[in-house]
Amino acid sequence: MIKDPVNKNIVSQKDLRHFLDIENLSQSLILDILDLAESFAGVSGQPVKKVPLLRGKTIVNLFFEASTRTRTTFELAAKRLSADFLNINIDYSATKKGETLLDTLRNLEAMHCDMFIVRHPSSGAAEFISKNVSQNISVINAGDGRHAHPTQAMLDVFTIRKYFSDFKKLKIAIVGDILHSRVARSLMHAFRILEVPDIRVIGPKTLLPNGVQHMGVTPYVDMDEGIKNCDVVIMLRLQNERMNSSFIPDENEYYNLYGFTPNRLDLISKNGKVMHPGPVNRGVEISSEVADGDRSVILQQVSNGIAVRMAILSLSMQP
Amino acid sequence: MKYSKDQTNDLLLKIENSLRAYLLKNGITDPIIIGVHTGGAWIADWLQKTMSLEGKAAALNISFYRDDFSKVGVNPKVEPTEMPVSIDDKHVILVDDVLFTGRTTRAAINEIFDFGRPLSVTLVVLIERNGKELPISADIVGEKLFLENNKNVKLCGPEPLILEIIDKDEGVQGY
Repeated sequence: MIKDPVNKNIVSQKDLRHFLDIENLSQSLILDILDLAESFAGVSGQPVKKVPLLRGKTIVNLFFEASTRTRTTFELAAKRLSADFLNINIDYSATKKGETLLDTLRNLEAMHCDMFIVRHPSSGAAEFISKNVSQNISVINAGDGRHAHPTQAMLDVFTIRKYFSDFKKLKIAIVGDILHSRVARSLMHAFRILEVPDIRVIGPKTLLPNGVQHMGVTPYVDMDEGIKNCDVVIMLRLQNERMNSSFIPDENEYYNLYGFTPNRLDLISKNGKVMHPGPVNRGVEISSEVADGDRSVILQQVSNGIAVRMAILSLSMQP
Repeated sequence: MKYSKDQTNDLLLKIENSLRAYLLKNGITDPIIIGVHTGGAWIADWLQKTMSLEGKAAALNISFYRDDFSKVGVNPKVEPTEMPVSIDDKHVILVDDVLFTGRTTRAAINEIFDFGRPLSVTLVVLIERNGKELPISADIVGEKLFLENNKNVKLCGPEPLILEIIDKDEGVQGY
């Protein structure tokens, strides 16, 4: 199979090979993934929650960074497609004994694995791995550094489509630590490709990347002004583990200025929804009342993650 | 070659009559009608209505159960399977437009068993053509056809239902 030199995700405009980021995907491919995910959503409601599509395939979770939702929903997605599934816990693997990443990969290849799902703290790690595996192996990016988290963006877009059928009429705000967030970056690309006309990013200046407006979004430092009349507000976690200097004065002040408190629900559109990719820091970026309230679709996002990941796994595994 | 609307309707009435007789003979009073997307689902809907059975016919999409994923992949536009009632301990009437290789039927039976354990499965098809690749036969058949390898049968619908024999390169791949 020949890889498209320009687009590292795909072999043609239609077919996926690796799923590394959103930015080069066509609108029609994104919509195909959403449509297929819609069909897979029904599998979770069957008495036997399994289809035999990837029977005989072996998928490996290679997680070099902590994760609960992403790791488990990938595992469930693979198992619902009947694939064999390995979870490699890097903390306890031979990497700790000095084996290089490439040697680990070679060993897994020797075990005839078909796909690696990679999470890594360094940006570009999944792409690096995709360039160093044999032709028949697909690589899925499950989050690399600050760069991209494309499957999270896809499941967010899928969740939004459940409530709003036409992306071309939406006002969407992403609030919080935009600077360190790979989810925000992938979402901005997804919304741009889906022609969302009003994309806003909201946060203190220290947490907004320089030149973010060149990504087709409008930056706001005032939360109340930014979320006004929005159909969807996506709250992000403060990524303390990626902050190496002081970006905010303190968490209390951050909560007052940028936390989604119940009184702010009146500012968004009447049918507006609140989302969060998790993990949620209650009382830092969102109040419990909002997170658990009827405008929140945070748990639906988790459920949708399984169907969306089933779609991405099966499309990447196509001949 | 196109069947007329009346010719297609005659075949539909024929399988309906045969099915009624079959149910009577076997003492089945509350069958579950399940059609295979797309043509089979249209016929299942027609049978459900014409036989005045309660509720809605179930519709199976066998895309995720096909045996050729590693050759042709999956089509992203998949109509979801709709199984409105439990099939446990029920007599299932599986309906398809054409029985060709038998692979669709195999996939459909596999999918049915992921929804429960029926008492029995009866296969009803409008057309049975040559080209069988698996040991699967229909219990009720509208018409048996012998077609050349480059021909396929296609059911157009849902309203009206009309059978058509077309060249394979006209789009419909038999399975």
